[in-house]
Amino acid sequence: MTPPSVQSGPFLSVRDLQVRFATEDGVVRAVDGLSFDLRRGQTLGIVGESGSGKSVTSLAVLGMHDRSRTTVTGRVTFDGTELIDATEKQLQSLRGNRIAMIFQDPLTALSPYYTIGAQIAETYRRHTGASRSAARARAVDLLGRVGIAAPGRRADDYPHEFSGGMRQRAMIAMSLVCDPDLLIADEPTTALDVTVQAQILDLLGDLQREFDTAIILITHDLGVVANTAHEVLVMYAGRAVEHGATQQVLTRPRHPYTEGLLRSVPRLHSDVDEPLVPIPGSPPSLLAVPAGCPFHPRCAHRERVPGDDCVTRRPALAEVGHAAACHLPEEPREVLAQQHLQP
Amino acid sequence: MLRFLVRRVLGAVLILFVISAVTFFLFFALPSDPARLSCGKGCTPELLATIHHNLGIDRPLPEQYWSFLTGIFAGRDFDGQWCSAPCLGFSFVNHQPVLDTLLNRFPATLSVALGAAALMLTVGVGLGLIAALRRGKTVDKVSMAACLVGASVQIYFFGIIARYLLVDELQWLPQPGYTSPFAAPGAWFGGMVLPWITLTVVNAATYARYTRSSMVDTLGEDYVRTARAKGLSSWGVYIRHAWRGAMTPVVTTFGIDLGLFLGGALITETTFNIHGIGKLAVDSVANSDLPMIMGTVLVAATAMVLASIAVDACYAVIDPRVRLR
Ligand SMILES: Nc1ncnc2c1ncn2[C@@H]1O[C@H](COP(=O)(O)OP(=O)(O)OP(=O)(O)O)[C@@H](O)[C@H]1O
Ligand SMILES: [Mg+2]
Repeated sequence: MTPPSVQSGPFLSVRDLQVRFATEDGVVRAVDGLSFDLRRGQTLGIVGESGSGKSVTSLAVLGMHDRSRTTVTGRVTFDGTELIDATEKQLQSLRGNRIAMIFQDPLTALSPYYTIGAQIAETYRRHTGASRSAARARAVDLLGRVGIAAPGRRADDYPHEFSGGMRQRAMIAMSLVCDPDLLIADEPTTALDVTVQAQILDLLGDLQREFDTAIILITHDLGVVANTAHEVLVMYAGRAVEHGATQQVLTRPRHPYTEGLLRSVPRLHSDVDEPLVPIPGSPPSLLAVPAGCPFHPRCAHRERVPGDDCVTRRPALAEVGHAAACHLPEEPREVLAQQHLQP
Repeated sequence: MLRFLVRRVLGAVLILFVISAVTFFLFFALPSDPARLSCGKGCTPELLATIHHNLGIDRPLPEQYWSFLTGIFAGRDFDGQWCSAPCLGFSFVNHQPVLDTLLNRFPATLSVALGAAALMLTVGVGLGLIAALRRGKTVDKVSMAACLVGASVQIYFFGIIARYLLVDELQWLPQPGYTSPFAAPGAWFGGMVLPWITLTVVNAATYARYTRSSMVDTLGEDYVRTARAKGLSSWGVYIRHAWRGAMTPVVTTFGIDLGLFLGGALITETTFNIHGIGKLAVDSVANSDLPMIMGTVLVAATAMVLASIAVDACYAVIDPRVRLR
């Protein structure tokens, strides 16, 4: 009876995103055909080794790449607005306001020249036009909410007077100051010890429940993903190689790369004598990604694929359900998943 | 802060002491004899000896230097003529008190220095900022090429040509020179334009290049990216965030240049016949006028030392991570 609601579609939809940098050595294909969806109140975890294109993806969503040296193609639709060909003005009014970013390294990502309070207030004033005193009050309020003791006093400190964990909290406070609808957190907890890490993840979870925020959580820590993300996207050499609900991807990986990632991290619950197996080799240079499946030079299951598909054909990734971009026939993939379940 | 000042001022006094001593002893290491000039054509050895005695340069060097030092702090007696502290002695040439001459000449130097510093900073930093923001584009290339030309031009070359063209031929500008700005502001300004422009042409390039490269570096900093991710406009990012981080190397160079200018822009003042400290220094060297040489050297050294203290204080103002100790 009722017409389909516009709201029912994904809040953020990324289709065939490509990001290429022209460098002196050639074209770097940092992101190559990435697609994913994200709904309100959901968290998407993006995992992958260093250099797999996680940060580049998040900057592309914010339209932050220098247009003169970067080619960005594909579609990024945020709440009905197309972002790839949006004007700089449109993007500016979204950034920090409806789409906020928590950067990887809070020491370098905060300006050394302004107090924490001033930096938080600046974002708020930019988007709300609030008075100086109202913006400051808001900054102090947020610092308190992210768990900084005596926020009224600490707001006047400079970033170098904060500890690493406090800086990360300040960064989070800054990103939340305008109640964003989409939060991109790029390794928000990597530099922190485990207790602080848990506190910060809890904090993000609380805020998500309160404001129905969509979160992209970038990390290479599978433990973090297991505890917080609803869905996981595994990236390799700028491409998505596996995608699905967190529980499924982590317990029944269907791509040999994901399996490798899982085998290479220590797990608290598993037997102590289960050996840690690092993935052999290293990720390819993005200047010359191997043809076919980019993972084939490192893949342990290559000989199970009949013919030379792995070397010549690029495997596709289904857009729905739990999917892996792999030429292995369904059956061996199930085996792979089973193998992992059994110690 | 207080500790910083005390420490730096003590250091400054030490530096001035060393510089004055070196200048003093170097002067006597030179073959020129200040008495020759006043002795004139019919010079006899007896006359020369009398002049040496009158000038006070027949005594042992350490003793002379000691009198010079005590004169500065306690005043000094010159054959019945009392010179009160701070006494820098009397000129060998016109027998005027050195301090009076220096004070008399300083306003001209100050006018050249402040005007030129302001103009070259504005032009240089402005060009550098524009080039950084439009890097790789035509504006960038043109302004950097202009800087290359500016940096390779010599003051006397540019100054003389500009003077010939703008003053003698086209008569757009009055003759360069110093008039008191309180007596005749218009004449003061007119007489200063050429020196200011010349110093700007020659020096602004350095500022443009420093500003450009340090701005380009800063634009690549993470916190500048954060500023963009906050939704600030390009200008908000440049002016509030990038510019502040980019200014440190510029401040250093500027402090040094301002110190140099305040000590007297030797070539500029000579080229444009401006009677400031710089021209005074050049003239007193030509006349072997030791007390005047000592005076101008002390002014130049003091200016440099104060400028370097000011630069360090500026760092602390720009960057909260810097503590003055
Ligand atoms: N502006 C740029 N110009 C050229 N290459 C770039 C640029 N930015 C990123 N890259 C390259 O793109 C690739 C992906 O970088 P990205 O920062 O997204 O990695 P990441 O997955 O975030 O890694 P990490 O876990 O280390 O943060 C890297 O190889 C990097 O060198
Ligand atoms: Mg990254």
